[in-house]
Amino acid sequence: MPDYQSYAQGSPLEVKVISKRFGLPNSASIDVFLAHEGYQALVKALKMTPEEVINEVKNSGLRGRGGAGFNTGMKWSFVPRQSPKPKYVVCNADESEPATCKDRPLMEYDPHQLIEGIIIAGYAIGSHQGYIYIRGEYRYLMEILDRAIAEAYQRGYLGKNILGSGFDFDLATHTGAGAYECGEETALLNSLEGLRGYPRVKPPFPAVVGLYGCPTVVNNVETLSNVPAILLMGAEAYAKLGTPKNGGTRLFCLSGHINRPGVYELPMGFPLRRMIEEVGGGLRGGKKLKAVIPGGSSCPVLSADQIDVPMDFDSLAKIGSMLGSGGVVVIDEDTCMVKLAWRIMKFYAHESCGWCIPCREGTAWLQALLARFHSGGGLPQDPDTALDASYNMLGKTLCPLGDAAALPMISILKKFHHEFEEHLKLGKCPFEKNGTGAF
Amino acid sequence: MLSESLKAKFEEIIARYPLKRSAIVPLLMFGQDEIGYVSDELIEEVARAVGVPAIEVIEDVGYYSMLHRQPIGKYNLQVCTNVSCMLRGGEAIFAHCSKRLGIGHKQTTPDGLFSLEEVECIGACCGAPAMQVNYDYYENLTPAKVDQLIDQLREAHRNLGSGTGE
Repeated sequence: MPDYQSYAQGSPLEVKVISKRFGLPNSASIDVFLAHEGYQALVKALKMTPEEVINEVKNSGLRGRGGAGFNTGMKWSFVPRQSPKPKYVVCNADESEPATCKDRPLMEYDPHQLIEGIIIAGYAIGSHQGYIYIRGEYRYLMEILDRAIAEAYQRGYLGKNILGSGFDFDLATHTGAGAYECGEETALLNSLEGLRGYPRVKPPFPAVVGLYGCPTVVNNVETLSNVPAILLMGAEAYAKLGTPKNGGTRLFCLSGHINRPGVYELPMGFPLRRMIEEVGGGLRGGKKLKAVIPGGSSCPVLSADQIDVPMDFDSLAKIGSMLGSGGVVVIDEDTCMVKLAWRIMKFYAHESCGWCIPCREGTAWLQALLARFHSGGGLPQDPDTALDASYNMLGKTLCPLGDAAALPMISILKKFHHEFEEHLKLGKCPFEKNGTGAF
Repeated sequence: MLSESLKAKFEEIIARYPLKRSAIVPLLMFGQDEIGYVSDELIEEVARAVGVPAIEVIEDVGYYSMLHRQPIGKYNLQVCTNVSCMLRGGEAIFAHCSKRLGIGHKQTTPDGLFSLEEVECIGACCGAPAMQVNYDYYENLTPAKVDQLIDQLREAHRNLGSGTGE
């Protein structure tokens, strides 16, 4: 396991709020955590009322870092606190969105920050039990979290009567076993109940009917990791780090054809152009930029002329894309966009759970169409057929996987239509000579 | 027969949940880690431990991609070819592994030492191209690094084998 210094190159442009302890030796241990503000936010929260905690998080402008971008404090406020049923906090550590690898360092280098966030969320919604649902591939992180949880029990931050407050909270990890679909919150809850990870009909939303039919908050690892910092610095100071309604910082995962790939903590609204050029050191081999996936493979692709955009939820929505999960993929001029579309579709066809027909059939047919098209057997009507099929998936499925497959497809068909035409004209992939276009 | 330590692990995991069946997938994962695959016996044991019919456990096995119904190699090479890895040569890494081991996707070498699998995003995008060998991550791969790794795994197995009389 690499230590953080060798793992990340870092950038002077970073604003370290949730990654500030990453570089410390032995940063995953409770002693290092306690020596650097650890569990101070919990001490503070336990002296506040749950409503005050929720309001603080609401006012901070913290929005869900898993991809949907919903106001976190608002989500917590939907839990019926007076309900006699038990309530649950579920941390979504099923990080599986292609191009996203930010929850990994959060759990590897600062597991106690996450645990503290979960306990505070539990206090805020009146829950006494939390689960961390972690993807099966992340076994080494589960072991780190299990050790950290044991430490927190030993020191009285978990268990009965936490810090003499009278508040009880238990926490356990839960391993998945390989399924992208389980990152969707209702599919995750089914999986956590020992069922196949199929999505549920919403409403009712998990805040009212969630795990075991009880009120449940499901939050992403990064979202919960932000909670201690919000309570310590105050909602106003936290909100000011970002842009209006987009509070705080964000972990961006820069990958693809970039000189310095890595996970960087930058303020919300940081300009995409500067992220590519200054933080990531520009494109590898001095190549020209062709496209950017701004927030994981589910997001509509941006063309090279769209990178003068502040990276926050609202600014990306304005130009027809999404901030998503923070996975920024930089794509150079030698890349075949038809092939890229095929690879994205291959992923969704593999991961579609098959519950909703438009997604199950649409992803499989589009994958086959794109494979044929890219290998030179395309028909002139294929791009229109693909567009039609994509529109017939949008909004027609229980969970967002259908949309996640259709949106990038539509954006590539529209913005890179000429590449489809070139394939037709040549009868083969025009990028083959670059060595990146061939199957 | 499941080992005593695995049975104890099962009990510890089941106790985490108000509903026993929540433990099905974790029990299958830890059972598979010990046995090497999801055997009929493991399915029966998990079903009994959580109090559901075996068919409900089998339903789960068919859904999750990390659960295997057949034995696989001691070292399972899982090469990512999703977008971030593809852009940095993930497909060439997969092809190299395939050529070097003489096996394709989801196949196992005749000596049972290696399996190969093309997998979807494993969350190592900033260290692309990447793969996992069982649960261990290997990032920023090149064909030369892959060769070195395969040699090391062979060597590790040989040393282990001589110690246990295999």
